[in-house]
Amino acid sequence: MGELRLMKGNEVLAEAAIRCGCDGYFGYPITPQSEVMETLMARQPWNETGMTVLQAESEVASINMVYGAAATGKKVMTSSSSPGISLMAEGISYIAGAELPCLIVNVQRGGPGLGTIQPSQADYFQSVKGGGHGDYKMIVLAPASVQEMNDFVDLGFELAFKYRNPAMILADGAIGQMMEKVELADQKPRWTKEQIVEMSSDWATTGKTANRKKNIVTSLEMDSDKMEENNLRFQKKYQKMEEEEVRYEAIQCDDAEFVIVAFGTSARVCQKAVEIARAKGLKVGLLRPITLFPFPKKAIQELARKAKGFLSVEMSAGQMVEDIKLSVYEAGSNARVNHFGRMGGIIPTPDEVVEALEEKFSWELSYGVKRSY
Amino acid sequence: MTEEMIIAGFGGQGVLSMGKILAYSGIMEDKEVTWFPSYGPEMRGGTANVTVIVSDTRISSPILQQFDTAIILNQQSMDKFEKAVKPGGTLLYDPNGVIHPPTRTDINIFKVEATKTAVEMGNPKVFNMIVFGSYLKVRPILSLDNVEKGLEKSLPERYHKLIPLNLEAIKKGQEIVEDVQLV
Repeated sequence: MGELRLMKGNEVLAEAAIRCGCDGYFGYPITPQSEVMETLMARQPWNETGMTVLQAESEVASINMVYGAAATGKKVMTSSSSPGISLMAEGISYIAGAELPCLIVNVQRGGPGLGTIQPSQADYFQSVKGGGHGDYKMIVLAPASVQEMNDFVDLGFELAFKYRNPAMILADGAIGQMMEKVELADQKPRWTKEQIVEMSSDWATTGKTANRKKNIVTSLEMDSDKMEENNLRFQKKYQKMEEEEVRYEAIQCDDAEFVIVAFGTSARVCQKAVEIARAKGLKVGLLRPITLFPFPKKAIQELARKAKGFLSVEMSAGQMVEDIKLSVYEAGSNARVNHFGRMGGIIPTPDEVVEALEEKFSWELSYGVKRSY
Repeated sequence: MTEEMIIAGFGGQGVLSMGKILAYSGIMEDKEVTWFPSYGPEMRGGTANVTVIVSDTRISSPILQQFDTAIILNQQSMDKFEKAVKPGGTLLYDPNGVIHPPTRTDINIFKVEATKTAVEMGNPKVFNMIVFGSYLKVRPILSLDNVEKGLEKSLPERYHKLIPLNLEAIKKGQEIVEDVQLV
């Protein structure tokens, strides 16, 4: 068993980065995730593992430092919160276009604009549908506990290198600020230069040798035919992610007539809502997507064959609910899909969720059958 | 066993650190723990509160409307959280700074003169550990051995010389807590 500690989600991100052998962190402070860089600066990993930690002059600079460092085949990351991620959007699109691996962490706060420093989940669209320009996707991991904040750093890097694509951890202010028991992993060594050459010399700027082709890292391609080929290759990669990387957790879904779908902090709240609803005799389950892209479409479709309704609970005006609707309707199910959410930095309470469920599905609860249209 | 509690008072009273020591003690007792603070502009000089959950099983929501136990250290927090204690639950408060004492008759109410006692002990900073001791007396969910280990874990090493003083304050808190009987 690894070392047990009580840590904040943000602190654990920093610790996990060091321990998984990360080569570089480039960031710019913003609440509610400033403890990531604070922890890194206090730990001074450059003395221990040789990891670089650098406070850039802005988010635009940080993401472009990540872009440059990722081109060398190293494990690099950045973190920010919603407004900062918006500033990084251009860079993320370039990194996806240049097919480089990196890890980006978004500890979301309420928006739009500068909004609030309190937790939110309103960057779902931005994370899973682009954010930056062009047809790109990235694997988006949604931690619901401090332990998962730890685990997803290593997993995020693994997936980023597997697909040569940016990966994102989409957390929120609550997970970032909350302390929980966490089991830390043992220190892994950073990759040596030889290991990086071995793994990535077919694409990374590892130093050209006489018998190796020149590696040019760019997202620019002026020939449309070639650019379309690139796009097709990207799409194939994203499709492979959809086939192989879906992760989710189903809680009490086996006999569920109503399925709550929620991720991150909302999923924690909804776990309690399920307990309350079950105590009232309602057959309610919780499906918690762990990957937001790829979305657990098949799991939803499987549940839609029996369920009377789905309630998407998000700290937003309703974004993931659209993906649930697409999944349910494509499956030809007439289960109803509703949304309940709070915005502006407010986290719904478990009781509010149960009330919303009872109100929005009052037809099904009164008549015991699916409502027909 | 699941204990869902709120600790609420002014910033600077040691509300957050009391919660942290409690949570660390829970880890030492092999329990699951969650520590969720109110964070934001209200922390600077205003009220501070933290939700602490200690459980034998996986913890669900860190956001709660009702608590098994509320530790209340100022009037604003009393106004907000007296009504949030579950029927049959526990409310512990320090009368110093509380103008309107709790009135509910369906919960167990305890008071501790922690502010006064801390001054008498010659160190106002141990205030939160006196309150913590009273809590451990009325809700004995953690052993004192594990609390000592929790203190060691949560305090930086340069403060370890203060652990005996903190333990003394905890014991004092256990002694002076009073059961308030409301009819």
